[in-house]
Amino acid sequence: MSQPWLGLAKQPPGFGVLLPIVSAAPALLITAAIVGDTFYGSSWLGADPIKEGEHLLGEWTLRALFGTLLITPLRYHSGWNWLAKHRRTLGLFAFAYVVLHFLTWLLLDAQVWVSEYVGWADVWKDITKRPYITVGFLAMLLMVPLALTSTKKAIARMGKRWRPLHRLIYPISLLGVLHYILSVKKDLTEPLLYLGVLSALLLWRVWDARRRADARV
Amino acid sequence: MPTNDLPSSELTPERVYFDRRTFLTAAGVIGAGLVGAKALKASVLTAATPGQERPLGTPYGLQPTDVATPEEDVTTYNNFYEFGTGKDDPAMNAREFRARPWTVKVEGLVAKPGSYQLEDFLKPSRMEDRIYRMRCVEAWSMVIPWRGIPLADVLRRAQPTSKAKYVEFTTLMDPARMPGQRYPVLDWPYKEGLRLDEAMHPLTLLATGVYGKDLPNQNGAPLRLVVPWKYGFKGIKSIVRIRLTETMPATSWALANPSEYGFYANVNPRVDHPRWSQATERRIGNFRRIPTLPFNGYAEQVASMYSGMDLARNY
Repeated sequence: MSQPWLGLAKQPPGFGVLLPIVSAAPALLITAAIVGDTFYGSSWLGADPIKEGEHLLGEWTLRALFGTLLITPLRYHSGWNWLAKHRRTLGLFAFAYVVLHFLTWLLLDAQVWVSEYVGWADVWKDITKRPYITVGFLAMLLMVPLALTSTKKAIARMGKRWRPLHRLIYPISLLGVLHYILSVKKDLTEPLLYLGVLSALLLWRVWDARRRADARV
Repeated sequence: MPTNDLPSSELTPERVYFDRRTFLTAAGVIGAGLVGAKALKASVLTAATPGQERPLGTPYGLQPTDVATPEEDVTTYNNFYEFGTGKDDPAMNAREFRARPWTVKVEGLVAKPGSYQLEDFLKPSRMEDRIYRMRCVEAWSMVIPWRGIPLADVLRRAQPTSKAKYVEFTTLMDPARMPGQRYPVLDWPYKEGLRLDEAMHPLTLLATGVYGKDLPNQNGAPLRLVVPWKYGFKGIKSIVRIRLTETMPATSWALANPSEYGFYANVNPRVDHPRWSQATERRIGNFRRIPTLPFNGYAEQVASMYSGMDLARNY
């Protein structure tokens, strides 16, 4: 490898603090706006703050997932090897975003806990009978084992089994984007943009695998 | 054709009051996060303060808990794909739209077809202020004070022939003025349709205003359809042509996705959209879900038009 980009052979000072702050900021702002707009009369998210906030949290889940998928290609091309340890941070934020997205749907949109008109049976029917919810719910469930095995201890304990388990991030990302595509009423522009970005990130891995295979010959 | 006269109780002018500031203050005072959610509903009901109320029109089919949706929400949150597919796109992208001069054609199976300047088209009718419930197919709803003329007025003047069975409506086609039409999101121009008895029903309104003012561009200026017992997408906006036909006209959403949207599109809590339940709805401005009513609460006035029809099949 040649020189790392911008000469950053080592992690720039403050990056370790900045990344979690930047990753958490949208979650905090969106959650505050949803609660403020819904219960305290503020008006940041428009006329339907629950729907808007729910959608934003979903989009940020995908962005955080894409962040984790960007680490490896970025490391390879930039030479910024210090990025490696931040993949976990982004992965855990993706999980936090999807949980907030799900809770917004369950508690504020479906309102199963307060509504006399919506019961757990209705929620379960939504999850099992409506393909876009099924797909999104499945993607979230698949993220649970990844979040639970993200600690240094778990990585050490699992040894060689850790890597195959964490390859689940690929089907998870695909399911996440599929969930977005299936949920849209008509205009597919934005979900297809996300699909485009994900395709690029996945195709890079195909290219990388071929490169490695060639190198071995 | 059934007369579907409105019961006189529906016509008795009551007043519906709303004052946004009072509402916001009440909502703020309630405080305490999720606990506030339970109390919010009550605060909305008591939002009117003596001395600050203003009459918005005659309420039709309103439930005791219905309160007019704030004007700001009505005019900044809606679907009008001719100006973009986001809910706030129409308010932003329709600013430059000029809705005058405007020509409306009435044609097809009528004895007196014609092409009218909007002013001449409206002149013979009496403007009415009517407050209707509005239920979007996406499971949110509003209560909107419209101003307009009964569609039946227009149709009677045109004198439908005995062959006429349906009415087809067409939106302006002008990608230069309606930027959304530059993208093939729907098969432009937008088209909608009603059965003739639905079109003649006294609740069916050709709206020219909202909240006592001319329609803002984003809400379908200068002339739009309002059919309060049907999902909102039936309310075609910026109408340039009304055509009487013998056969059921093709309608935009039914063409775009026939398994999800039908010609009738009557509000029906028992017939789900394939991707979501229609049993409940969230009223814009309120937290708590409310049950969706058959025909959006107008069953008494309109259900007889559909007796004997399988509403699950004719969605």
